[in-house]
Amino acid sequence: MDKAIEVEHLHVSYYGKEVINDISFSFDTGKLIGIIGPNGAGKSTLMKAILELIPRDHGSVKIHGNPVKKMRKKIAYVPQRSNIDWDFPINVFHTVLLGTYPKLGLFKRPGRKEKDWAYTCLQQVGMEKYAKQQIGELSGGQQQRVFLARALAQQAEIFFLDEPFVGIDVASEQTIISILKRLRDKGKTVFVVHHDLSKVEDYFDDLILINKKLIQSGPVSDVFQAETMSKAYQTNFPFMKAGFSV
Amino acid sequence: MVQFINDIMQYEFLQKALFTSVMVGILCGVIGSFIILRGMALMGDAISHAILPGVAISFMLGINYFYGAVLMGVITSLGIGFVTQNSRIKSDSSIGIVFSAFFALGILLLMKAQTVVDLSSILFGNVLSVRSSDMWLTLGIGIFVLLIVFLFYKELLITTFDPVISTSYGIPTKFVHYGLMVLLTLVTVASLQTVGVILVVAMLITPAATAYLLTNRLSIMIVLAALFGSISSVLGLYFSFKYNLTSGAVIVLVATVIFLLAFLFSPQQGIVWRALRTNKQRTSF
Repeated sequence: MDKAIEVEHLHVSYYGKEVINDISFSFDTGKLIGIIGPNGAGKSTLMKAILELIPRDHGSVKIHGNPVKKMRKKIAYVPQRSNIDWDFPINVFHTVLLGTYPKLGLFKRPGRKEKDWAYTCLQQVGMEKYAKQQIGELSGGQQQRVFLARALAQQAEIFFLDEPFVGIDVASEQTIISILKRLRDKGKTVFVVHHDLSKVEDYFDDLILINKKLIQSGPVSDVFQAETMSKAYQTNFPFMKAGFSV
Repeated sequence: MVQFINDIMQYEFLQKALFTSVMVGILCGVIGSFIILRGMALMGDAISHAILPGVAISFMLGINYFYGAVLMGVITSLGIGFVTQNSRIKSDSSIGIVFSAFFALGILLLMKAQTVVDLSSILFGNVLSVRSSDMWLTLGIGIFVLLIVFLFYKELLITTFDPVISTSYGIPTKFVHYGLMVLLTLVTVASLQTVGVILVVAMLITPAATAYLLTNRLSIMIVLAALFGSISSVLGLYFSFKYNLTSGAVIVLVATVIFLLAFLFSPQQGIVWRALRTNKQRTSF
């Protein structure tokens, strides 16, 4: 099977302080993968380093066998929600339309085809009724669905979502996870930074458990064990008995 | 007003002034829209002040002030970026440090070059003394800036709205930033004759901010900002000519009046309608 991602000996530091220490893993395509670990474990940093949004000290990342630079158009990223200007003069539809930009190339503008496709993506997340609203007028869950629609509009092969379920309503969470599972079923690879351990087994096929270092990566049934989890969180999980997961 | 139109027909200097100030109004509106959305209003102020030493040195060397001004503008934006990224000093402070240093230097240099340059016309502008060469320079800058914005509209939109996503798309976000700084410098230089160094920032910010209160589409915001900028220029020029007032100051005040109207009466954002809506809701109980 085609390798979706190969990460080898990744090191990242902020001003000399190591935050990602020698992390390696690889996954086949068609998986829904959770990146989990305690607060400050470097989950978001790992994702940003993979995407080359922050510099890495050492290590290599290959997406479908190619360096990230060559694969940008095929990589969709949904960052944490907070850091954009919510008063920006842009509506929901045009936000989703941005997702068609990487394929357009220089000097080209989105035409009929791109607009129809963006609308289809908006329908997939159930937000077409809000197409003309300004993005700041939406609730947190609705905003997150719009950003997922933008990622869908990119027609990517591999998806990276950073804490998509934080501060959103249950209905939106259900919509989002079912879309992610559908992507997975179509052979796409989906990475999700996640911290709510209660849903881990429902949501993911595989896990990457980190705490600055890689604790373990692999199928949920292997990683989500009391002993392994305790190593990452450096605390006991009395509700998880050894060899028995919740 | 009829008299004013007759005068425009009659006097070439007035035609030049009108053409130049409308061009400046359009350019400031277009670039200003991106500047205020990026939260870089202060940057416009900084660059306009910091080009002063460039102007002075150009006069000393006997070359067109355009070259020195553009060079200083670029150095300033690089310098501000460098201080911000390499220390804990936040961008508003580094802007303050860098531009006041250059402005101070510029004043001293202009004092030295007093014989050829009139400091006050650079500081406050004098649109009625626009020469043909200035007019063509403004037109050249105008065509260049508008063309670049048109061609790279997509990149400018996404790097302004969501720099993280644009980087993940592989768009050179930092390069676009510095490119925009160059355009900002060009527009500032083009505005020197019309409104002067001190008031350029008002032309960059006020029409764009007015437009921002009236629409939720960037493309419409840019068109409106250009419209308000040019209306301010024409009316400002009219009052300045009629009552013999400093052109820059009048143009800026006209822009401010338009802003106040939008601030009060914008259908969505205007405080008058907002208060009425709130009041109606409350009294319905």
